[in-house]
Amino acid sequence: MTAEEDSPFRRQEGTSLRSNQNRSLILLYILPALLLMTSFIYYPLVQNFIYSFYRWSAFSSSKVFIAFDNYKRLFLDPVFYIAVKNNVLYALVSVLCQCGIGLIIAAALEEKFLRRYQGFFRTVYFIPAVISMTVIGLLWQLIYNPNIGIVNAMLDLLKLGRFAHEWLGDSNTAIYAIILVSQWQYTGYIMLLYLVAMQKIPAELYESARIDGAGPTRCFFSITIPQIKEMIVVCTVITIIGSFKLFDEIYVMTAGGPGRSTEVLATAMYRSGFRNDEMGYAAAFAVVLFLITFIFTLIQLKVSRTSEE
Amino acid sequence: MQRTSVGTRLGRSLIWAGLCIYAAGIIYPFVWMFVSGFKTTSELFNNTWAPPAHWNFQNYVDAWNQGVGRYFMNSVIVTLSTVVLTIFISAAAAFAMSRFEFRGKKLMLVFVVGGLMLSPEVSVISLYKLLQDMKIYNTYLSLIIPYTAFRVPFTIFLLRSYFLSLPREVEESAYIDGCGTFRVFWSIVLPMSKPIIATASLLTAMAAWNEFMFGLVFIESDKLRTIPVGLMNLRGAFSTNWAVLLAGLSISASTMIVFFLLFQKKLIRGLTEGSVKG
Repeated sequence: MTAEEDSPFRRQEGTSLRSNQNRSLILLYILPALLLMTSFIYYPLVQNFIYSFYRWSAFSSSKVFIAFDNYKRLFLDPVFYIAVKNNVLYALVSVLCQCGIGLIIAAALEEKFLRRYQGFFRTVYFIPAVISMTVIGLLWQLIYNPNIGIVNAMLDLLKLGRFAHEWLGDSNTAIYAIILVSQWQYTGYIMLLYLVAMQKIPAELYESARIDGAGPTRCFFSITIPQIKEMIVVCTVITIIGSFKLFDEIYVMTAGGPGRSTEVLATAMYRSGFRNDEMGYAAAFAVVLFLITFIFTLIQLKVSRTSEE
Repeated sequence: MQRTSVGTRLGRSLIWAGLCIYAAGIIYPFVWMFVSGFKTTSELFNNTWAPPAHWNFQNYVDAWNQGVGRYFMNSVIVTLSTVVLTIFISAAAAFAMSRFEFRGKKLMLVFVVGGLMLSPEVSVISLYKLLQDMKIYNTYLSLIIPYTAFRVPFTIFLLRSYFLSLPREVEESAYIDGCGTFRVFWSIVLPMSKPIIATASLLTAMAAWNEFMFGLVFIESDKLRTIPVGLMNLRGAFSTNWAVLLAGLSISASTMIVFFLLFQKKLIRGLTEGSVKG
């Protein structure tokens, strides 16, 4: 590029484009990102819709168009309903625990008498969220293990030995045992998001409330919650989205078992696609997953946009 | 007035106790994991609470030699490549989107936001087919490329808002001195954005290092597996030798804990700016 092209006189028109040559240059800057997103995010998404109308397998070239048959089968499949039920259960508990208890803990850590120790608690509570789910899942599998694990040993110690149990091996308790692990892992993460939001609340609000004689509980309900309500909504929505995308936790700890009792949408999709080699049917699961997460993401975008304004 | 009442004191003690129990509930499982990695298998069965009789590193050595070492290197390769690609591709796009007017700029923004909204789980079936057709299935590229693609939208977003907040004077005078756009991008905008690039790199690294589903589906041979998937194999291989598995878990967890403690501030800043759960 020559100096002439970039002469200050042309630049009077603004930092915008100065010549045709530049126009193609601009394209060069965005082209890699554009290509990558088109071919590895958008194209697979469209392909997935198309695939869901076919019967096909990964290792043969024959593809049979069967219109809505995959979807008909899906809505008659009992596993689909187990999966949806588990995803919903997961979302409910996670919202209550992570978004509810997380909020209370964050508020407690913001109290004056705890401020000095906030850094320590914040760090400790947050650590599980940075470790990969495989490590957490395998660790908890051993913690729940009836022979070497510490859950049953702890119950023994508290003279509650009669409640000792094969937590992940019983189809009545397995899903709750897994849900508990996720709460253990992510409550600290949501708490941190709340803390960041709380620290933006002007301190004068609390001071004048205190002068008016309001106690900590009153301040929590009348100042803290109204001031961070956008963050509460955002946290709730991302927790719900996370609960529907759930895969790693289940796959690592029970792989959907015992029986199919802990199956969720993503593990059912994985099983159809990569265990039973019914790729079309798996694609139908993926479409359902897409629709659910898409709706909640739209809500999230809407909320974060209104809070920016 | 200043005296705290008995009720307040009691309330505070209860809060303290609750917070400490919660903290112990986080810390203890990790301590148990690290300590158990030093035990023999029979000790694991018999002395749940006692420390090991001999602190030997053999389990850690075995875990490293029998897979963890290789998985670790694979993860390093995949993660570093993903970070470098993601940062350059995103920074270039964010630079153009924050500095120039061009047709389709709005559309590009919609495209990026759309990419942010789509979760990788949904595309795993069709991506599998696509990677097979491209003949890169079961290579490092089958992870590096999709990881990069799914990190680019968020990273563009993060960098673009930072670029928009930078003062323009230096760039303006550089243009007057005859610099081209690439010079300005490379020698002015990028160096000025070091803090946000560091944050973006850390977030990308964490996501790539911990990713599980793609690693499970797009890699077939054990030689190429990344740590999260490799540990699953280790479980299979040591189905009775829990202590070695625990040692393997400890190695993997301590990497992330050290990483987090070192870069805590930057990571938290990025995570809260994005409000996107990993």
